[in-house]
Amino acid sequence: MSAKRTSTNVDRRRFLQDAARATAGCAIAGFGLAKLATDARALPSQAIRPPGAIEEDDFLAACIRCGLCVRDCPYDTLVLAELGEDGAATGTPFFTARDIPCEMCDDIPCVAACPTGALDKGLTNIDDADMGVAVLIDEEHCLNALGLRCDVCYRVCPVIDKAITLEVEHNARSGHHAKFMPTVHADACTGCGKCEQACVLPESAIKVLPQRIARVDAADHYKLGWENPDPLLDDLIDLPDRLPGPGTDNLAAPGGFQPEYQLPGAGQ
Amino acid sequence: MSRKTDLPIGHEAIQAKGWLGAHKYLLLRRASQAFFLALFLLGPWFGIWWVKGNLSGSMTFDILPLTDPFILLQSLLAGHWPELTAITGALIVGVAYALIGGRVYCSWVCPINPVTDGAHWLHDKLGMSKGWQPKRATRFWVMGMVLVVSALTGTIAWEVVNPISMLHRGLIFGVGFAWTFVLAVFLFDLLVSRRGWCGHLCPVGAFYGLLGQKSLLRISAVNRSACDDCMDCFAVCPEMHVITPALRGKDGETPLILSPDCTNCGRCIDICAPQVFTFTHRFADGPAPARPERTTSKPLPEASRAA
Repeated sequence: MSAKRTSTNVDRRRFLQDAARATAGCAIAGFGLAKLATDARALPSQAIRPPGAIEEDDFLAACIRCGLCVRDCPYDTLVLAELGEDGAATGTPFFTARDIPCEMCDDIPCVAACPTGALDKGLTNIDDADMGVAVLIDEEHCLNALGLRCDVCYRVCPVIDKAITLEVEHNARSGHHAKFMPTVHADACTGCGKCEQACVLPESAIKVLPQRIARVDAADHYKLGWENPDPLLDDLIDLPDRLPGPGTDNLAAPGGFQPEYQLPGAGQ
Repeated sequence: MSRKTDLPIGHEAIQAKGWLGAHKYLLLRRASQAFFLALFLLGPWFGIWWVKGNLSGSMTFDILPLTDPFILLQSLLAGHWPELTAITGALIVGVAYALIGGRVYCSWVCPINPVTDGAHWLHDKLGMSKGWQPKRATRFWVMGMVLVVSALTGTIAWEVVNPISMLHRGLIFGVGFAWTFVLAVFLFDLLVSRRGWCGHLCPVGAFYGLLGQKSLLRISAVNRSACDDCMDCFAVCPEMHVITPALRGKDGETPLILSPDCTNCGRCIDICAPQVFTFTHRFADGPAPARPERTTSKPLPEASRAA
């Protein structure tokens, strides 16, 4: 009996020791793995995910790195990231716009091929794709910005006149010419990268960047009066009324009242 | 007792069955590994797109989806509910391995198997000691750790380091520096721990082992009374602890190798001159007389090395 109890105690001690050792080992290995898994989120800005890719944070939970999107891409745009050579998480799909941009196939075969939903099948019209946003990143070298008529990025844009327009500006250098500034409209831009690939400069002056870098949220504490003319905070605070009219302090406007004493220099 | 344990491993089997007969399942296994790899390489190398993708997920003849269920499990825990295609693929793979033995994946399909087999071969040639031998449950701890990390980080965590994917995807899509993971596994098995990776640590193997716990296809030591204690099966078996209960079982005990750790590699069948082992199913639980009691129980040096 006593011998049996001793052996049970030894068993228990041994079990606890083994469990503690395994737990500690797994904790250390787990921290290392968690660090690697978290680091894998650091997607370089020139690596653009395929159309329909869900948010990068969720993407690594969904993408099983099978490469079926790569196989069904007819233009060899998409590649799987290789360890140590491409910055994206190893084995996940991306493309480099300057090399081969997205040709924006109507049937979106990459999305159709994805077995897991890492590429969202909710994307049915390729014009709604949001792979990134083109940004005219170097206005000092862009030929159009220098006053020339290159226009290449504008011409190749699959959503021409919506995603990129040429905005006429005064050319202050010459004083009497115009500049046709390539101007990206982020809502219409799909991030396909045709403009980045086509830029004639040795390195593209217009680049597709991920949304998280290229775009910011609107400041909701500012109100754009020309979009919403209703007075700000009308019910909360009675702000001084600066509209012209009787009883206001708008001196010059018709209907404003004239104070009896005129400040020297007022009204100029 | 004879000194058969002093003979080189496989010597009697080659004498009895010829070299081919003594390497039948090994050759079949290499052919199977090459076959599954070749299926995936037909597309990128020869433009024959019967199979697209890799072992993580694939599409065969544009109709049959296959998904690695362990990867999909991590995906679920990471908070992503996959689409039906991936779920269907994982179910097909899961059911198939549940029937034929989960670890059949390890010995007949996994591209890392030739790597660790190679490491073991060299390990043997160099006569190295077995080194660190983690506890048998370690791989389940690793598997649990992977699942927890997946849940906590919201990523498919094992795919960050999985040498199987690194090698398989690398061969098919371009390898980058992923070969370093493969080399690491080779060196680990060679220098740190004999049969360490596949036999003790790999969480994918652990998962497939659990999956195939009740699998139909089994190896049986049905002819165990003919065993002459040459110990060759223990020497070649990658999971040698699975043999003992079947081979050394008493009269009433089952001759089936029922441990989920068995990879159904068939190497024990190859190497056994008296043809003790055979492939069968888990219900072939017929009578199998135990091997006769031995007069000496003194362990032979070769035996202890192998075990």
